[in-house]
Amino acid sequence: MRPILMKGHERPLTFLKYNRDGDLLFSCAKDNTPTVWFADNGERLGTYRGHNGAVWCCDVSRDSSRLITGSADTSAKLWDVKTGTQLFSFNMDSPARAVDLSVGDKLCIITIDPFMGQSSAIHVKRIAADLDDQVGESVLVLKGPVGRINRAVWGPLNRTIISAGEDAVVRIWDTETGKMIQENDKDVGHKKTVTSLAKSTDSSHFLTGSLDKSAKLWDSRTLTLIKTYVTERPVNAVAMSPLLNHVVLGGGQDASSVTTTDHRAGKFEAKFYDKILQEEIGGVKGHFGPINALAFNPDGKSFSSGGEDGYVRLHHFDPDYFRIPSI
Amino acid sequence: MGIDNLGNAAVQKTRWAELEEEDDGGDYDFLLPPRQVIGPDEHGLKKVIEYKFNDDGNRVKITTTTRVRKLANARLSKRAVERRSWLKFGDAVHEDVGARLTMVSTEEIILERPRAPGTKAEESIASGDPLAQMSKGGAVLMVCRTCGKKGDHWTSKCPYKDLAQPSDTFVENPNPNPTDSGASGATKGGAYVPPTMRAGAVRPTAGADMRRRNDENSVRVNNLSEDTREPDLLELFRPFGSVSRVYVAMDQKTGMSRGFGFVNFVRREEGERAIAKLNGYGYDNLILSVEWAAPRAT
Repeated sequence: MRPILMKGHERPLTFLKYNRDGDLLFSCAKDNTPTVWFADNGERLGTYRGHNGAVWCCDVSRDSSRLITGSADTSAKLWDVKTGTQLFSFNMDSPARAVDLSVGDKLCIITIDPFMGQSSAIHVKRIAADLDDQVGESVLVLKGPVGRINRAVWGPLNRTIISAGEDAVVRIWDTETGKMIQENDKDVGHKKTVTSLAKSTDSSHFLTGSLDKSAKLWDSRTLTLIKTYVTERPVNAVAMSPLLNHVVLGGGQDASSVTTTDHRAGKFEAKFYDKILQEEIGGVKGHFGPINALAFNPDGKSFSSGGEDGYVRLHHFDPDYFRIPSI
Repeated sequence: MGIDNLGNAAVQKTRWAELEEEDDGGDYDFLLPPRQVIGPDEHGLKKVIEYKFNDDGNRVKITTTTRVRKLANARLSKRAVERRSWLKFGDAVHEDVGARLTMVSTEEIILERPRAPGTKAEESIASGDPLAQMSKGGAVLMVCRTCGKKGDHWTSKCPYKDLAQPSDTFVENPNPNPTDSGASGATKGGAYVPPTMRAGAVRPTAGADMRRRNDENSVRVNNLSEDTREPDLLELFRPFGSVSRVYVAMDQKTGMSRGFGFVNFVRREEGERAIAKLNGYGYDNLILSVEWAAPRAT
C-alpha cells in the first residue's frame, strides 16, 4: 500500500480519532492545534485554534458536529467541528488527559492528572444539546487511582466507566453510584503503566497497551483477561480492527537503546496480531519515531498511525490484506 | 513625410518579401498546437503533451507522463459528501496548493509477514521451489550431517553413516565408493600405503587449501538485522550444504551486527544454491541480499 503522509503537526502526535462515518480523521499532538483531515485522501480540512498546551486526547460526537479535546493547559474544550469555533471550555484546574463521549453524546468523561497536590480524578460532565445551557460543573467525580490516569472510557451502555493508568491497574466504576466495582486481577494484569485503551465496536471487550511490552484483551463486563499479545517494544498505542480479528500495537523504543539508535530510518512499525491466536501477522514500517497513536477507520479498510516524528500516516489496505488466512 | 512613408513602405516591402520566401506557413508562428491529454491507459499511465515557447523563442514540446493509481474507494454517506464541501478553517484557510502537507509516499509499504525458518512461512516463498516441496509437511528440512545431502534422510539413516566423514575443509567429489575406502587401500596388492595417501584420508596440505577454499566459496550476505549472529547464519545456510565458516561483521561499540556477514561453503554449488534461494529472502523483517563475495583485497 502507499501510505499518505500528513505533516500538519510540528510536535509528536498524541491521539488519533476517526468520526463515526469514517470520512474525517482528528489528530491531536503536543502542539496546540488539533487538526481535522479528510480520511480518504488526507487533505487537511482545518485546525482548532484555542488551546495553549499539548492536546492529549479528543473525541467526536456521533453526528460529527461536536469535538471535545483535553489539553495540558488545564482545559477541555468543546468545538464546532465544521467551523472550528470554540463552543465551551471546561476549566479543570489540572492538565486534562483523557476525554470520551458517552453513547448518545450527552455525557463526557474528562480525566485530570495529579497536579500540585491534587490527585488524579475522573470527571463526568453533562453536554447540553443547546449551548446556552452548557455549564462547567461535574455531575460525578471519581477518585482513587494513584498516579496519572491515561485513559478512561465509557463501558457498555454507559453503565460503567473503565479507567487505566500509571498504576497499571484497570478499574471499572459504576456510573450510578460513582463507586469502583472492580479492579483487575493483579497476577494477570499489566506490570507497568498502561498507556492506551481501545474498545471493540460493541464495547464488549477492550484492549489495553502497556509499557511492559504487552497488550491485553479484557472482557468489559467481568474484567477477565481474555488474551495477551507480547511485543519487543513498550506499547504506546493500541487499536482493534472493526472488520477483521486483528489487533494493532504501536510502540516505542527502549530508553536504554536510545543512544545506540539504528541508523536505518523508518524502522518503527505498527504490529498486527491475530486477535484470537495472539500471533503476530505482520508489521507496517515507516515511522521515523515511536508510534504514539493508532486508529482504525470504522469501515475497517484503512488505518492511520501517528508518531513521535509528527507525521500521520494514513494507510488504505491492499486487497490481499483481507485475504490473510485466519487459520 | 510623404517621402518617408514611401521609404518605409519600400523597406517594409523588401522585408515582407524576404519573410515570404523563408517561411511557408510561417504566418502562424505565434500559435501553438493545443494541449493533449492522453488519458490513463490500462497501466494507469497518463500523458500530457503541451507546447510552449522557451526563453530563446523556440517552440518546445513538453511531455509529462504520470502514473495514475487509485488508492482506495471512498464510499461516503450523504452527510460525508456534504462535509466534503465544507470551507477550510483555522490554519488551513490560507493553504495554497503547493503546501505539500499531504503527500503520498513514494515507497510501497507492505504488511511484512513475520518469518520463522523451517516453519509454515517458508512454504510461501515459492510454490515451485523444490525446497518447499521437499519440506511440505511444514517440518524442518532434513540435513544429514554425514554426507551433507539435504532433505533426503536423517543422519542416523545415512547410507554413509558408518564410514569416514568427508572432512569439511577438503572435498573434491564425495567418494563414489565409500565402502572401498573403508577397507583402506592396504589390500591394493599388499603394499603399504601411508595413511595420507590412502583413499578418503585427510591431507595435511589441506591447511593451505583450507584458506584458499574458504575464500573461493565465500558468500556475502548483506542487509542483516542488528541482532543477527553467527549461529543464525549457520542455521540459515546449513540446508544448502556444508558450511565451513560463518562470520558476522560486528560493531565493537554497540555489540550489534553491522548488517553483513560471510558464509563459506565447502562446495561451490552449495554456495550457488544458497545464493539462488536466499537472495531476496525475508529474514527477521529485512530482505537479504546474498551474492558471491568480492575477492579479498590483501
